[in-house]
Amino acid sequence: MKLTLWTYEGPPHVGAMRVATAMKGLHYVLHAPQGDTYADLLFTMIERRNHRPPVTYTTFQARDLGADTANLFKDAARDAYTRFQPQAMIVGASCTAELIQDDPGGLAEALNLPIPVIPLDLPSYSRKENFGADETFFQIVKALAKPMARTESVTCNLIGPTALGFRHRDDVTELTRLLGTMGITVNVCAPLDATPADIARLGAAHFNVLMYPETAETAARHLEKALNQPFTRVVPIGTHATRDFLAEVATITGLPLPAETGLRQPWYAASVDSTYLTGKRVFIFGDGTHAIAAARIAAREIGFEVVGLGCYNREQARPVRAAAKTYGLEALITDDYLEVEAEIARLQPELILGTQMERHIAKRLGIPCAVISAPVHVQDFPARYSPQMGFEGANVIFDTWVHPLVMGLEEHLLTMFREDFEFHDAAGPSHHGAKASARPEALVAEVEASGGDISASMNTPEPEPVTGEVIWLADAERELKKIPFFVRGKAKRNTEKFAADKGVTAISIDTLYEAKAHYAR
Amino acid sequence: MSLDTPFRSCTDTPVLKERGQREVFCGLTGIIWLHRKMQDAFFLVVGSRTCAHLLQAAAGVMIFAEPRFGTAILEEKDLAGLADANMELDREVARLLSRRPDIKQLFLVGSCPSEVIKIDLARAAERLDGIHAPNVRVLNFSGSGIETTFTEGEDACLASMVPGLPHTEAAELLVVGALPDVVEDQMLSLLAAMGAGPVRTLPARRSTDLPAVGPNTRFILVQPFLGATHAALIKRGATPISAPFPFGAEGSTLWFHAVADALGLDRTHVDAVLAAPRARAQKSVAAVAETLRGKSIFFFPDSQLEIPLARFLARECGMIPVEVGTPYLHRELMAPELALLPEGPVISEGQDVELQLDRARAARADLTVCGLGLANPLEAEGLATKWAIELVFTPVHFYEQAADLAGLFARPLRRHALLTPEAAE
Repeated sequence: MKLTLWTYEGPPHVGAMRVATAMKGLHYVLHAPQGDTYADLLFTMIERRNHRPPVTYTTFQARDLGADTANLFKDAARDAYTRFQPQAMIVGASCTAELIQDDPGGLAEALNLPIPVIPLDLPSYSRKENFGADETFFQIVKALAKPMARTESVTCNLIGPTALGFRHRDDVTELTRLLGTMGITVNVCAPLDATPADIARLGAAHFNVLMYPETAETAARHLEKALNQPFTRVVPIGTHATRDFLAEVATITGLPLPAETGLRQPWYAASVDSTYLTGKRVFIFGDGTHAIAAARIAAREIGFEVVGLGCYNREQARPVRAAAKTYGLEALITDDYLEVEAEIARLQPELILGTQMERHIAKRLGIPCAVISAPVHVQDFPARYSPQMGFEGANVIFDTWVHPLVMGLEEHLLTMFREDFEFHDAAGPSHHGAKASARPEALVAEVEASGGDISASMNTPEPEPVTGEVIWLADAERELKKIPFFVRGKAKRNTEKFAADKGVTAISIDTLYEAKAHYAR
Repeated sequence: MSLDTPFRSCTDTPVLKERGQREVFCGLTGIIWLHRKMQDAFFLVVGSRTCAHLLQAAAGVMIFAEPRFGTAILEEKDLAGLADANMELDREVARLLSRRPDIKQLFLVGSCPSEVIKIDLARAAERLDGIHAPNVRVLNFSGSGIETTFTEGEDACLASMVPGLPHTEAAELLVVGALPDVVEDQMLSLLAAMGAGPVRTLPARRSTDLPAVGPNTRFILVQPFLGATHAALIKRGATPISAPFPFGAEGSTLWFHAVADALGLDRTHVDAVLAAPRARAQKSVAAVAETLRGKSIFFFPDSQLEIPLARFLARECGMIPVEVGTPYLHRELMAPELALLPEGPVISEGQDVELQLDRARAARADLTVCGLGLANPLEAEGLATKWAIELVFTPVHFYEQAADLAGLFARPLRRHALLTPEAAE
């Protein structure tokens, strides 16, 4: 038993729904009690889908439990077939139905439906959403994809994109375009927009592009073994990874590398306006694939300092740990958002790259944040084209990550005029919509009376936490407040570490500036 | 309605009973408003990852930094041995209460999995109550989907509190059902002006303000879905006051009149107290009703508010209900409402969502009230929809909110008109 307030992942049958909802001509009959239909709204509301997920819920109630839930399942499956006429059906149980052990697979088989019926065994009490998606897609592929003749020209399958995925729709478009520059066409994209008939012709492609290991790695490995199709290991998120991906595809296919088109990110990062991004401390958390990609972009393509890296899906723990090591870090592998919050509070990064959960943590802690991974909310399913993969994805990511920050020149001006009555650091970045708050007149007057020291009268909601034995003397604390907010966290941490290392127990103004000199780069 | 046709109500309308797939929330969802209402209570669901995911999805993902609800997620090993599950529960509760000393009431909330594997939460609550008394009261109720539909979770929660309420011989009025504080305050001030005091509420905002109950208690519901709480209070000797529910100017007036009659208050004085807010409500509803008049409306079952709302929309806003679906029809509580609802609509109880969708598509009502899972798909088919959940998450009771309630139905229609090119020409 584990107390959970918010979860990164839903139960495994929601993963199965992500696959079913992405596909066409497939129906999912889910043995489940009343209430499990809530999952429909994830798709219709958060992703704004204009169709109901193709899911029939048996909706058993307490009074059915003593009686015949098995017949309820059979009726539901038969009715669903008659009404929706799918090409194939997947059947399974949600967490409660798993306990009553009705065996949906066996029951559905007994119906002798004239279509493939694929049973799913998704252990609800030990696994989660990503596993559910990966396992479901694998079972569908295993049941339907058979060896066949390859296409004459070089083709590939794009595998992994699902419903409710972070920018999956646009990643598919971007990769299709990118592979097109090499003369490669897409045979099948799955599960997104694929029919069971499309799954059956996966084998015609020369190789598979594994877009998201979270949802399709097992299927990719199966296709490699059963259909002798190689698959790509590099996930093309970021400029460097996209180049590596193209090189990998060139190796697999023997085709020459294409000319790069539309890539602006490297110049944007190199242009002098971006100087201020240098060494900004970022904390990165998400699913393993997106977190690893984000760390590489942050460290090597934008010039941030990665101070924390982790993922919530244990399946990706190993590669995330390995990636963290290259930045001299210990990876944070947890699905407990309170643990993530504590780590962020401890590290005091200048930017958080995370999920909807980290967006919330960032809001609480007053730290800029950009979203890089599922789970995400309705605002992260934008109307505009905004992929993460390929060269356009690299451009999008640069814009998205820089947007929450104060602009370069503005940062300088804030440092110079930080006690100005309107141009103060609590006003927030000037390109954001929220109304800048003027420093209250009374406060300005007080500050002027106290010789321009705003911090003396600034009401801080929480007292500065005391770390270990080190305390801040009042004047040093006031001086700390004069440091602009976007570097204050770093200055505080560095000073405390410096003091602790030197055996200083009380931080004075001198300690603050000695630390500053010590850490000067 | 012309004077020569006598008014015919839905009292004798046969009910279309259906069962099949239900597109509704389970009772756990009620926690989302109950935990804001009861400010020193924590709701601990003993359930699965699905339960946690439902609460998060229904709450719009992470509205609150650290909410006063959580899920003790059952794991493989909890299924193996129930003794261990109880020990695990005790440990998680102890940890929770040590981190949140502000919690004075803890509700252990049963879920589908906890009920199927028969974790006895009543005994667990008793045991934990013994451990943590007197600082924390531990109660239990079921919000499981196999037992409860959406708002029935609040009913189960309030009903669980009734046996533990202190006894009183005092003649007090008890108002039952969670209301937003601002609405509750309006209601209490009108009741006080009428001379109905002393008035208590269930649930109370804090556990220290819990009402007492006894043979001289008269109680009245403000929510139509509180059947079990109604029965539990009668068992404690309290006397119910039957009335239509306080939606709209008419519903609010009839509700206050029922209180006045039960307590023997002077009707002239009561009407004088109600006159101003009643006139305000009538006037403001009339303005919104211009958008609604003559429009048809189809209700999918959701919160059990459907029949009272259909009555308000038909009688005060001139709408034409085509079908009024309710997850459960409590004959006794709904009798005053059905007597007011003009004959015409299909009254349906329970759901087979596919068949009901067929009817909704055939009816093509001007407005379809449905859950979040159905709204966008129906909009994509060209139907204007109203999310039912907003009716539960918005202050809609009594006079000052009557026009807001009408407005919730008018907005999708106005929006459709704005976004339809022909209409803009």
